[in-house]
Amino acid sequence: MTHSLEVQISSLRLRNPVITASGTFGYGLEYSQFIDLNLAGAITVKGLSLNPKQGNPPPRIYETPCGMINSIGLQNIGIDAFVVEKLPFLKKFDTKIIVNFFGENLDEYVEMALKLDATDGIHALEMNVSCPNKSSEWRKMGLEAELLKKAVKEVRAVTFKPLIVKLSPQVTDITVMAKICEDEGADAVSLINTIPAMVIDIKSRKSIIGTTTGGLSGPAIRPVAVRMVFEVSRAVKIPVIGMGGIVTADDALQFLIAGARAIAIGTANFINPHATLKVVEGIKKFLFEERITDINDLIGSFRD
Amino acid sequence: MNKVTQAKIVDNKSLTDDIFLISLEIPEPIEAKPGQFCILRMNERLDPLLGRPFSIFDYEGNIINFLYRVKGKGTEILSKMDKDQNVLLTGPLGRWYPYPEKDFVVIAGGIGLASVYYLIKKFKNRAYFFCGVRSEKEILFYNEIKTFAKEVYISTESGTTGYRGVVTDLFKEKGLMLNLPVYACGPMVMLKELKRIVQGSSIPCYVAVEERMACGIGACLGCAIETREGLKRVCTDGPIFELKELML
Repeated sequence: MTHSLEVQISSLRLRNPVITASGTFGYGLEYSQFIDLNLAGAITVKGLSLNPKQGNPPPRIYETPCGMINSIGLQNIGIDAFVVEKLPFLKKFDTKIIVNFFGENLDEYVEMALKLDATDGIHALEMNVSCPNKSSEWRKMGLEAELLKKAVKEVRAVTFKPLIVKLSPQVTDITVMAKICEDEGADAVSLINTIPAMVIDIKSRKSIIGTTTGGLSGPAIRPVAVRMVFEVSRAVKIPVIGMGGIVTADDALQFLIAGARAIAIGTANFINPHATLKVVEGIKKFLFEERITDINDLIGSFRD
Repeated sequence: MNKVTQAKIVDNKSLTDDIFLISLEIPEPIEAKPGQFCILRMNERLDPLLGRPFSIFDYEGNIINFLYRVKGKGTEILSKMDKDQNVLLTGPLGRWYPYPEKDFVVIAGGIGLASVYYLIKKFKNRAYFFCGVRSEKEILFYNEIKTFAKEVYISTESGTTGYRGVVTDLFKEKGLMLNLPVYACGPMVMLKELKRIVQGSSIPCYVAVEERMACGIGACLGCAIETREGLKRVCTDGPIFELKELML
């Protein structure tokens, strides 16, 4: 009996549903010394912008119960340096490359999408409308329906590559935002990004994070993420990529059953560089034990 | 692709009230250099979530040692682990101390010894070692260091042993005129004072820096520190930096 792990996100065929989450996997090469990147379903590289970004002032991270807060501030080397310095290496691998991207304003989003669309070796675009650590007028793009609608529409118009929109959990009803993405032609939505959070040092009465607040990730947010993926999967027809605190295959399977077509490993990469591949192995084992021949039979199989 | 490995605890003992030495047996030899570090993850539990970075204190054959002070949740758990238990070891990671060409000065403040012991041991009979501790009972591995180092100078805050005062003052008195490269690890206030002392001289200073860390391999950008050339990652651009590069 064979057990197929292949899933389809728009025109993107993934050998398995396990992706690395943006911002947690560097530009891929950092992890290539630990794992065979060919075995991942896809790799999402760190969020890129038109120009290099220095990111936020330290301290940038703090560990919390079963999670961590980060405020990196989208530090990145910029799209041009990425294409010259990092992409040639990534192209050597037989996996799909997803580039997470953002801009300071909508024009920059559009320009980024144009560049990414024209670059060989980039298989899909993930539009970051939800980073909690970036302040700009377009910061609210992921939080306000009208802004999101306009942004997705304009970015969609300039790329034929699969367009994924990464959603913020910081909204009243995430299904509304997902539907907007679907209506404006996005190929998929990914969720959830981190949850805005803070920790106070009671002696200094200051925040432990340089920018006062940061984004909470890790297993602490997983049940919230599962619930949102469940809701969104029922609300839209486009594929949902689920993420938020996945550490083990059991965690990943919850998301798949809730309706996620694929899942992403984020903070767990920091716990163990092998986390992504361990999840792939664990899912394989589960399919074998449960005698499921095609993972697509498991996806969205939640029983009410 | 073998940087992550299960390591078995062969010993884990307290040397003072809060300083411990843990010895781990690893299945295959690694190439560990002085100044590098490893990340230890104590168990599969999710709280604390992240592993903890520790300087490589000593390494020989298949045994790797870490000297650590119990400070928080992670080190507390580590200090209670027993012989034959396993920890997940990732490493060696980071840049090492540039190898000294001739004699050199080493300055360790408190638990900073954890980063420099292996350097002194590797380059036998070449280090002028300046060791600053709070009290006499924190003078660790004195006999061993005595055999590896060229000279040993001790300072204690109480003055019960050696020089009375801070180690940077002792260095200023006895070490500065040697005009040798300096390798140092210790609290931020010590590094700041050292920077002040060597300012204007041409003495190269290499220091080990600490920062909260998540991935340890340069991916998360969490351990950023300010340098003259902008933000750098302690895990992969460091943990060894030239002192003059740091904005202290």
